Amino acid sequence: MSIESNKQELTELIYQLADDDFIHAHRGSEWLGLAPHIEEDVAFSSINQDTMGHATMYYRILSELGEGKADDLSHLRKKEQFRNAIILEEKNGTGEYLDSPNYDWAFTVIRHLFYDVAKKIRLESLKQSSYEPLADAARKMLTEQYYHLLHWKIWFKQLMTSTEEARDRMETAIKRVWKDFGGVLTLGPHAEKMVSAGLIEDEAALRERFIDQIQELFNEVNYSIDNEPLMIRGDGRNGEHTEDLEHALKTLSEVYVSDPQATGW
Amino acid sequence: MTSTQDQDSSDVLKAQVHHVLQEVKDPELPSISIVELGMLESISIDGYDVTINLLPTFSGCPALDLIEKDVRKAISDIENIGKTTISFIFNPPWTTDRISPEGREKLKEYGVSPPPAHHIEGEPWKIDCPYCGSTYVTMENIFGPTACRSILYCKSCKNPFEAMKPVATLN
Repeated sequence: MSIESNKQELTELIYQLADDDFIHAHRGSEWLGLAPHIEEDVAFSSINQDTMGHATMYYRILSELGEGKADDLSHLRKKEQFRNAIILEEKNGTGEYLDSPNYDWAFTVIRHLFYDVAKKIRLESLKQSSYEPLADAARKMLTEQYYHLLHWKIWFKQLMTSTEEARDRMETAIKRVWKDFGGVLTLGPHAEKMVSAGLIEDEAALRERFIDQIQELFNEVNYSIDNEPLMIRGDGRNGEHTEDLEHALKTLSEVYVSDPQATGW
Repeated sequence: MTSTQDQDSSDVLKAQVHHVLQEVKDPELPSISIVELGMLESISIDGYDVTINLLPTFSGCPALDLIEKDVRKAISDIENIGKTTISFIFNPPWTTDRISPEGREKLKEYGVSPPPAHHIEGEPWKIDCPYCGSTYVTMENIFGPTACRSILYCKSCKNPFEAMKPVATLN
Protein backbone atom coordinates (compact mmCIF):
# COMPACT_ATOMS: atom_id res chain seq x y z
CA MET A 1 0.00 0.00 0.00
CA SER A 2 1.27 3.49 -0.71
CA ILE A 3 0.28 6.13 1.80
CA GLU A 4 0.09 8.84 -0.85
CA SER A 5 -2.37 7.10 -3.13
CA ASN A 6 -4.48 5.65 -0.30
CA LYS A 7 -4.41 8.62 2.05
CA GLN A 8 -8.13 9.30 2.09
CA GLU A 9 -9.31 5.76 2.87
CA LEU A 10 -6.50 5.37 5.40
CA THR A 11 -7.40 8.50 7.36
CA GLU A 12 -11.15 7.82 7.04
CA LEU A 13 -10.67 4.37 8.59
CA ILE A 14 -8.54 5.72 11.45
CA TYR A 15 -11.05 8.50 12.15
CA GLN A 16 -13.76 5.83 12.47
CA LEU A 17 -11.67 3.80 14.90
CA ALA A 18 -10.54 6.85 16.88
CA ASP A 19 -13.94 8.52 17.13
CA ASP A 20 -15.71 5.26 18.09
CA ASP A 21 -13.32 4.75 21.00
CA PHE A 22 -13.32 8.43 21.96
CA ILE A 23 -17.07 8.87 22.32
CA HIS A 24 -17.55 5.38 23.76
CA ALA A 25 -14.94 6.08 26.47
CA HIS A 26 -16.64 9.41 27.21
CA ARG A 27 -20.07 7.81 27.68
CA GLY A 28 -18.44 5.20 29.91
CA SER A 29 -16.68 7.87 31.97
CA GLU A 30 -20.04 9.51 32.69
CA TRP A 31 -20.78 6.54 34.97
CA LEU A 32 -18.00 7.58 37.34
CA GLY A 33 -19.46 7.55 40.84
CA LEU A 34 -22.80 6.28 39.51
CA ALA A 35 -21.99 2.64 38.68
CA PRO A 36 -24.03 -0.02 40.52
CA HIS A 37 -21.34 -0.68 43.13
CA ILE A 38 -17.85 0.44 44.17
CA GLU A 39 -15.95 -2.44 42.55
CA GLU A 40 -17.74 -1.77 39.28
CA ASP A 41 -16.80 1.89 39.57
CA VAL A 42 -13.11 0.89 39.82
CA ALA A 43 -13.30 -1.61 36.97
CA PHE A 44 -15.35 0.58 34.62
CA SER A 45 -13.01 3.55 35.18
CA SER A 46 -10.04 1.39 34.23
CA ILE A 47 -11.79 0.24 31.07
CA ASN A 48 -12.68 3.81 30.11
CA GLN A 49 -9.14 4.93 30.73
CA ASP A 50 -7.80 2.17 28.45
CA THR A 51 -10.36 2.97 25.77
CA MET A 52 -9.53 6.69 25.87
CA GLY A 53 -5.87 5.61 25.60
CA HIS A 54 -6.75 3.68 22.44
CA ALA A 55 -8.43 6.76 20.97
CA THR A 56 -5.28 8.74 21.78
CA MET A 57 -3.13 6.18 19.92
CA TYR A 58 -5.29 6.58 16.82
CA TYR A 59 -5.30 10.40 17.00
CA ARG A 60 -1.51 10.30 17.25
CA ILE A 61 -1.30 8.17 14.12
CA LEU A 62 -3.55 10.69 12.36
CA SER A 63 -1.31 13.45 13.59
CA GLU A 64 1.74 11.67 12.13
CA LEU A 65 -0.17 11.47 8.85
CA GLY A 66 -0.39 15.26 8.84
CA GLU A 67 -3.97 15.66 10.07
CA GLY A 68 -3.05 18.15 12.81
CA LYS A 69 -2.43 18.04 16.55
CA ALA A 70 -3.98 15.03 18.35
CA ASP A 71 -5.66 17.26 20.97
CA ASP A 72 -7.12 19.49 18.25
CA LEU A 73 -8.51 16.46 16.42
CA SER A 74 -10.38 15.28 19.50
CA HIS A 75 -11.47 18.68 20.77
CA LEU A 76 -11.88 21.12 17.90
CA ARG A 77 -13.57 19.24 15.07
CA LYS A 78 -17.22 19.91 14.27
CA LYS A 79 -19.94 17.32 14.70
CA GLU A 80 -20.10 16.59 10.94
CA GLN A 81 -16.39 15.78 10.90
CA PHE A 82 -16.79 12.94 13.39
CA ARG A 83 -16.94 9.38 12.01
CA ASN A 84 -18.21 7.44 15.03
CA ALA A 85 -21.33 5.27 14.87
CA ILE A 86 -24.50 6.99 16.11
CA ILE A 87 -25.33 4.32 18.71
CA LEU A 88 -22.09 5.13 20.54
CA GLU A 89 -22.91 8.82 20.96
CA GLU A 90 -26.32 8.22 22.52
CA LYS A 91 -26.67 9.47 26.11
CA ASN A 92 -26.61 6.88 28.89
CA GLY A 93 -30.16 7.83 29.85
CA THR A 94 -32.17 10.90 30.72
CA GLY A 95 -30.85 13.80 32.78
CA GLU A 96 -27.32 15.15 32.92
CA TYR A 97 -24.23 13.82 34.65
CA LEU A 98 -24.46 16.54 37.29
CA ASP A 99 -28.24 16.89 37.28
CA SER A 100 -30.58 13.92 37.89
CA PRO A 101 -28.62 11.31 35.92
CA ASN A 102 -31.24 8.65 35.32
CA TYR A 103 -28.92 6.30 33.48
CA ASP A 104 -29.78 2.88 32.11
CA TRP A 105 -27.37 0.15 33.22
CA ALA A 106 -28.88 -2.57 30.98
CA PHE A 107 -28.42 -0.31 27.94
CA THR A 108 -24.81 0.33 28.98
CA VAL A 109 -24.02 -3.37 29.49
CA ILE A 110 -25.46 -4.29 26.08
CA ARG A 111 -23.88 -1.39 24.22
CA HIS A 112 -20.48 -2.11 25.77
CA LEU A 113 -20.69 -5.85 25.22
CA PHE A 114 -21.68 -5.50 21.57
CA TYR A 115 -19.07 -2.81 20.99
CA ASP A 116 -16.28 -4.82 22.60
CA VAL A 117 -17.18 -7.95 20.62
CA ALA A 118 -17.11 -5.89 17.40
CA LYS A 119 -13.95 -4.06 18.42
CA LYS A 120 -12.05 -7.29 19.11
CA ILE A 121 -13.02 -8.67 15.68
CA ARG A 122 -11.92 -5.42 14.06
CA LEU A 123 -8.58 -5.40 15.93
CA GLU A 124 -7.88 -9.03 14.98
CA SER A 125 -8.33 -8.00 11.37
CA LEU A 126 -6.20 -4.87 11.75
CA LYS A 127 -3.28 -7.00 12.97
CA GLN A 128 -2.86 -7.93 9.29
CA SER A 129 -3.32 -4.35 8.06
CA SER A 130 -1.07 -3.21 5.24
CA TYR A 131 -0.45 -0.02 7.24
CA GLU A 132 2.07 -1.08 9.85
CA PRO A 133 1.44 1.58 12.56
CA LEU A 134 -2.18 0.46 12.58
CA ALA A 135 -1.20 -3.22 12.90
CA ASP A 136 1.17 -2.39 15.79
CA ALA A 137 -1.49 -0.35 17.59
CA ALA A 138 -4.04 -3.17 17.16
CA ARG A 139 -1.70 -5.75 18.67
CA LYS A 140 -1.17 -3.51 21.68
CA MET A 141 -4.88 -2.82 22.17
CA LEU A 142 -5.79 -6.50 21.93
CA THR A 143 -3.82 -7.28 25.09
CA GLU A 144 -6.21 -4.99 26.98
CA GLN A 145 -9.34 -5.74 25.00
CA TYR A 146 -9.35 -9.27 26.36
CA TYR A 147 -10.09 -7.99 29.88
CA HIS A 148 -12.77 -5.55 28.72
CA LEU A 149 -14.70 -8.20 26.86
CA LEU A 150 -14.47 -10.62 29.78
CA HIS A 151 -15.95 -7.94 32.03
CA TRP A 152 -19.05 -7.28 29.92
CA LYS A 153 -19.67 -10.96 29.25
CA ILE A 154 -19.91 -11.56 33.00
CA TRP A 155 -22.47 -8.75 33.44
CA PHE A 156 -24.42 -9.97 30.43
CA LYS A 157 -24.70 -13.56 31.63
CA GLN A 158 -25.53 -12.60 35.20
CA LEU A 159 -28.25 -10.08 34.33
CA MET A 160 -29.77 -12.26 31.59
CA THR A 161 -30.17 -15.13 34.07
CA SER A 162 -31.20 -13.03 37.08
CA THR A 163 -34.70 -11.76 38.00
CA GLU A 164 -37.58 -11.34 35.58
CA GLU A 165 -37.20 -7.57 35.76
CA ALA A 166 -33.48 -7.78 34.91
CA ARG A 167 -34.23 -10.05 31.94
CA ASP A 168 -36.94 -7.67 30.68
CA ARG A 169 -34.67 -4.67 30.91
CA MET A 170 -31.85 -6.50 29.18
CA GLU A 171 -34.09 -7.69 26.33
CA THR A 172 -35.41 -4.16 25.86
CA ALA A 173 -31.83 -2.91 25.72
CA ILE A 174 -30.80 -5.58 23.19
CA LYS A 175 -33.65 -4.59 20.84
CA ARG A 176 -32.83 -0.92 21.23
CA VAL A 177 -29.08 -1.26 20.56
CA TRP A 178 -29.64 -3.76 17.72
CA LYS A 179 -31.61 -1.16 15.72
CA ASP A 180 -28.56 1.05 15.36
CA PHE A 181 -25.63 -1.28 15.85
CA GLY A 182 -25.26 -1.68 12.09
CA GLY A 183 -23.60 1.74 12.31
CA VAL A 184 -20.65 0.21 14.18
CA LEU A 185 -20.36 -2.67 11.73
CA THR A 186 -20.19 -0.53 8.59
CA LEU A 187 -16.96 0.86 7.14
CA GLY A 188 -18.81 3.71 5.45
CA PRO A 189 -18.59 5.22 1.97
CA HIS A 190 -14.89 4.42 1.46
CA ALA A 191 -15.20 0.75 2.43
CA GLU A 192 -14.21 -0.73 -0.93
CA LYS A 193 -11.00 1.25 -1.21
CA MET A 194 -10.05 0.46 2.39
CA VAL A 195 -10.35 -3.23 1.60
CA SER A 196 -8.55 -3.10 -1.74
CA ALA A 197 -5.66 -1.22 -0.08
CA GLY A 198 -5.40 -4.13 2.38
CA LEU A 199 -6.11 -1.89 5.38
CA ILE A 200 -8.83 -4.14 6.82
CA GLU A 201 -10.96 -7.12 5.78
CA ASP A 202 -14.29 -6.50 4.09
CA GLU A 203 -17.37 -5.45 5.99
CA ALA A 204 -19.37 -8.57 5.21
CA ALA A 205 -16.76 -10.91 6.69
CA LEU A 206 -16.40 -8.83 9.87
CA ARG A 207 -20.16 -8.55 10.20
CA GLU A 208 -20.64 -12.29 9.85
CA ARG A 209 -18.08 -12.94 12.60
CA PHE A 210 -19.90 -10.46 14.84
CA ILE A 211 -23.28 -12.09 14.34
CA ASP A 212 -21.83 -15.57 14.96
CA GLN A 213 -20.20 -14.51 18.22
CA ILE A 214 -23.27 -12.65 19.48
CA GLN A 215 -25.46 -15.63 18.57
CA GLU A 216 -23.17 -17.84 20.65
CA LEU A 217 -23.56 -15.51 23.65
CA PHE A 218 -27.34 -15.42 23.12
CA ASN A 219 -27.46 -19.23 23.00
CA GLU A 220 -25.81 -19.44 26.41
CA VAL A 221 -28.69 -17.48 27.96
CA ASN A 222 -31.43 -18.94 25.81
CA TYR A 223 -32.17 -15.86 23.73
CA SER A 224 -32.44 -15.31 20.02
CA ILE A 225 -33.11 -12.49 17.61
CA ASP A 226 -34.42 -12.89 14.07
CA ASN A 227 -33.29 -9.89 12.11
CA GLU A 228 -29.86 -8.40 11.37
CA PRO A 229 -28.50 -5.32 13.17
CA LEU A 230 -29.86 -2.15 11.51
CA MET A 231 -28.75 1.44 11.10
CA ILE A 232 -32.01 3.33 11.34
CA ARG A 233 -30.75 6.73 12.47
CA GLY A 234 -28.14 7.22 9.77
CA ASP A 235 -24.48 6.57 9.02
CA GLY A 236 -22.02 8.24 11.38
CA ARG A 237 -19.21 7.17 9.01
CA ASN A 238 -20.76 9.70 6.63
CA GLY A 239 -20.82 12.52 9.18
CA GLU A 240 -24.48 12.00 10.12
CA HIS A 241 -24.99 12.56 13.86
CA THR A 242 -27.53 13.46 16.53
CA GLU A 243 -27.83 16.26 19.08
CA ASP A 244 -26.34 13.89 21.65
CA LEU A 245 -22.94 14.11 19.94
CA GLU A 246 -23.10 17.90 19.76
CA HIS A 247 -23.85 18.00 23.47
CA ALA A 248 -21.06 15.54 24.36
CA LEU A 249 -18.47 17.44 22.30
CA LYS A 250 -19.43 20.67 24.00
CA THR A 251 -18.82 19.09 27.41
CA LEU A 252 -15.59 17.39 26.34
CA SER A 253 -14.02 20.47 24.83
CA GLU A 254 -15.23 23.06 27.33
CA VAL A 255 -11.84 23.63 28.97
CA TYR A 256 -9.77 23.18 25.83
CA VAL A 257 -11.81 25.74 23.91
CA SER A 258 -12.06 28.33 26.68
CA ASP A 259 -8.35 28.26 27.61
CA PRO A 260 -5.93 25.91 25.84
CA GLN A 261 -3.19 26.97 28.28
CA ALA A 262 -5.19 25.62 31.20
CA THR A 263 -4.94 22.05 29.94
CA GLY A 264 -1.90 20.68 31.66
CA TRP A 265 -1.81 17.41 29.72
CA MET B 1 38.93 10.23 15.86
CA THR B 2 39.00 6.77 14.36
CA SER B 3 35.77 4.86 14.03
CA THR B 4 36.85 2.52 16.83
CA GLN B 5 37.11 5.49 19.14
CA ASP B 6 33.67 6.66 17.98
CA GLN B 7 32.30 3.26 18.75
CA ASP B 8 33.96 3.29 22.17
CA SER B 9 32.58 6.68 23.13
CA SER B 10 29.06 5.78 22.07
CA ASP B 11 29.30 2.55 24.05
CA VAL B 12 30.32 4.55 27.11
CA LEU B 13 27.47 7.02 26.62
CA LYS B 14 25.01 4.20 26.08
CA ALA B 15 26.12 2.54 29.31
CA GLN B 16 25.71 5.85 31.15
CA VAL B 17 22.20 6.30 29.79
CA HIS B 18 21.29 2.75 30.73
CA HIS B 19 22.67 3.35 34.20
CA VAL B 20 20.59 6.49 34.87
CA LEU B 21 17.45 4.89 33.45
CA GLN B 22 17.70 2.24 36.13
CA GLU B 23 17.00 5.01 38.61
CA VAL B 24 13.79 6.15 36.89
CA LYS B 25 10.92 4.61 38.83
CA ASP B 26 7.36 3.87 37.79
CA PRO B 27 5.44 6.74 39.48
CA GLU B 28 2.71 4.29 40.50
CA LEU B 29 5.05 1.52 41.68
CA PRO B 30 7.86 3.56 43.25
CA SER B 31 10.08 0.61 44.19
CA ILE B 32 10.55 -0.61 40.64
CA SER B 33 12.40 1.03 37.77
CA ILE B 34 11.17 1.30 34.22
CA VAL B 35 14.10 -0.93 33.16
CA GLU B 36 13.08 -3.66 35.61
CA LEU B 37 9.49 -3.35 34.38
CA GLY B 38 10.71 -4.11 30.87
CA MET B 39 9.62 -0.76 29.42
CA LEU B 40 13.02 0.04 27.89
CA GLU B 41 13.19 -1.29 24.36
CA SER B 42 16.29 0.44 22.97
CA ILE B 43 18.86 3.19 23.40
CA SER B 44 20.57 4.50 20.29
CA ILE B 45 23.43 6.95 20.24
CA ASP B 46 24.37 9.28 17.41
CA GLY B 47 27.39 11.37 18.41
CA TYR B 48 26.16 12.93 21.65
CA ASP B 49 22.47 12.63 20.77
CA VAL B 50 20.41 9.88 22.31
CA THR B 51 17.15 8.26 21.22
CA ILE B 52 15.25 6.15 23.72
CA ASN B 53 12.38 3.87 22.76
CA LEU B 54 10.01 2.92 25.55
CA LEU B 55 7.09 0.48 25.55
CA PRO B 56 3.96 1.61 27.44
CA THR B 57 2.56 -1.04 29.78
CA PHE B 58 -1.12 -0.18 29.34
CA SER B 59 -1.97 2.29 26.58
CA GLY B 60 -4.24 4.48 28.70
CA CYS B 61 -1.65 4.75 31.47
CA PRO B 62 -1.69 8.37 32.71
CA ALA B 63 1.82 7.92 34.11
CA LEU B 64 3.41 7.96 30.63
CA ASP B 65 3.83 11.74 30.51
CA LEU B 66 5.40 11.69 33.97
CA ILE B 67 7.75 8.86 33.00
CA GLU B 68 8.84 10.78 29.91
CA LYS B 69 9.56 13.84 32.06
CA ASP B 70 11.52 11.78 34.59
CA VAL B 71 13.55 10.11 31.84
CA ARG B 72 14.37 13.46 30.29
CA LYS B 73 15.46 14.82 33.64
CA ALA B 74 17.64 11.81 34.44
CA ILE B 75 19.35 11.97 31.04
CA SER B 76 19.99 15.71 31.29
CA ASP B 77 22.27 15.09 34.27
CA ILE B 78 24.73 13.21 32.06
CA GLU B 79 27.70 15.37 31.14
CA ASN B 80 27.96 16.59 27.52
CA ILE B 81 24.71 14.95 26.48
CA GLY B 82 23.25 16.19 23.20
CA LYS B 83 19.66 16.10 22.00
CA THR B 84 17.37 13.56 23.71
CA THR B 85 14.46 12.00 21.84
CA ILE B 86 12.03 9.83 23.79
CA SER B 87 9.39 7.79 21.96
CA PHE B 88 6.70 5.43 23.16
CA ILE B 89 6.41 2.67 20.61
CA PHE B 90 4.03 -0.28 20.32
CA ASN B 91 6.15 -2.78 18.46
CA PRO B 92 7.01 -5.07 20.12
CA PRO B 93 4.07 -4.76 22.52
CA TRP B 94 4.94 -4.80 26.22
CA THR B 95 4.03 -8.04 27.96
CA THR B 96 4.41 -9.05 31.58
CA ASP B 97 7.14 -11.52 30.52
CA ARG B 98 9.40 -8.49 30.07
CA ILE B 99 9.52 -7.82 33.84
CA SER B 100 13.00 -8.81 35.10
CA PRO B 101 13.59 -11.25 37.99
CA GLU B 102 14.68 -8.27 40.18
CA GLY B 103 11.56 -6.42 39.11
CA ARG B 104 9.38 -9.37 40.12
CA GLU B 105 10.98 -9.44 43.60
CA LYS B 106 10.58 -5.68 44.04
CA LEU B 107 6.92 -5.85 43.08
CA LYS B 108 6.40 -8.27 45.96
CA GLU B 109 8.13 -5.86 48.36
CA TYR B 110 5.59 -3.29 47.29
CA GLY B 111 2.75 -5.72 48.07
CA VAL B 112 2.03 -6.51 44.43
CA SER B 113 2.20 -10.09 43.20
CA PRO B 114 4.16 -10.47 39.97
CA PRO B 115 2.31 -11.97 37.00
CA PRO B 116 2.90 -15.62 36.12
CA ALA B 117 5.75 -16.20 33.70
CA HIS B 118 4.81 -17.25 30.14
CA HIS B 119 1.09 -16.63 30.52
CA ILE B 120 -1.15 -17.63 27.62
CA GLU B 121 -4.08 -15.27 27.01
CA GLY B 122 -7.40 -16.68 28.13
CA GLU B 123 -5.93 -19.35 30.41
CA PRO B 124 -6.47 -19.20 34.17
CA TRP B 125 -3.50 -18.00 36.16
CA LYS B 126 -2.17 -18.77 39.59
CA ILE B 127 -1.34 -15.91 41.95
CA ASP B 128 0.46 -16.32 45.28
CA CYS B 129 0.09 -13.90 48.17
CA PRO B 130 3.09 -11.49 48.08
CA TYR B 131 3.20 -11.46 51.90
CA CYS B 132 2.92 -15.08 53.00
CA GLY B 133 3.24 -16.96 49.70
CA SER B 134 -0.08 -18.77 50.17
CA THR B 135 -2.04 -19.86 47.10
CA TYR B 136 -5.28 -19.66 49.09
CA VAL B 137 -6.40 -16.36 47.58
CA THR B 138 -9.54 -14.94 45.98
CA MET B 139 -9.89 -12.43 43.14
CA GLU B 140 -11.88 -9.43 44.40
CA ASN B 141 -11.67 -7.28 41.28
CA ILE B 142 -9.77 -8.02 38.09
CA PHE B 143 -9.46 -4.25 37.67
CA GLY B 144 -7.46 -2.48 40.38
CA PRO B 145 -6.32 1.01 41.31
CA THR B 146 -4.36 1.29 38.07
CA ALA B 147 -5.02 -0.30 34.68
CA CYS B 148 -2.20 -2.83 35.08
CA ARG B 149 -3.26 -4.23 38.47
CA SER B 150 -5.98 -6.43 40.01
CA ILE B 151 -7.22 -6.58 43.63
CA LEU B 152 -7.08 -9.88 45.55
CA TYR B 153 -7.48 -11.17 49.10
CA CYS B 154 -5.34 -13.72 50.91
CA LYS B 155 -7.43 -16.12 52.96
CA SER B 156 -4.37 -17.41 54.82
CA CYS B 157 -2.83 -14.21 56.20
CA LYS B 158 -6.06 -12.22 55.73
CA ASN B 159 -4.45 -9.39 53.79
CA PRO B 160 -5.83 -7.67 50.74
CA PHE B 161 -3.16 -7.36 48.04
CA GLU B 162 -2.69 -6.48 44.41
CA ALA B 163 -1.33 -8.40 41.45
CA MET B 164 -0.07 -7.36 38.04
CA LYS B 165 -2.55 -8.47 35.38
CA PRO B 166 -0.88 -10.95 33.07
CA VAL B 167 -0.53 -9.48 29.59
CA ALA B 168 0.39 -11.83 26.77
CA THR B 169 0.37 -11.45 23.02
CA LEU B 170 -0.60 -14.10 20.57
CA ASN B 171 0.23 -13.49 16.96
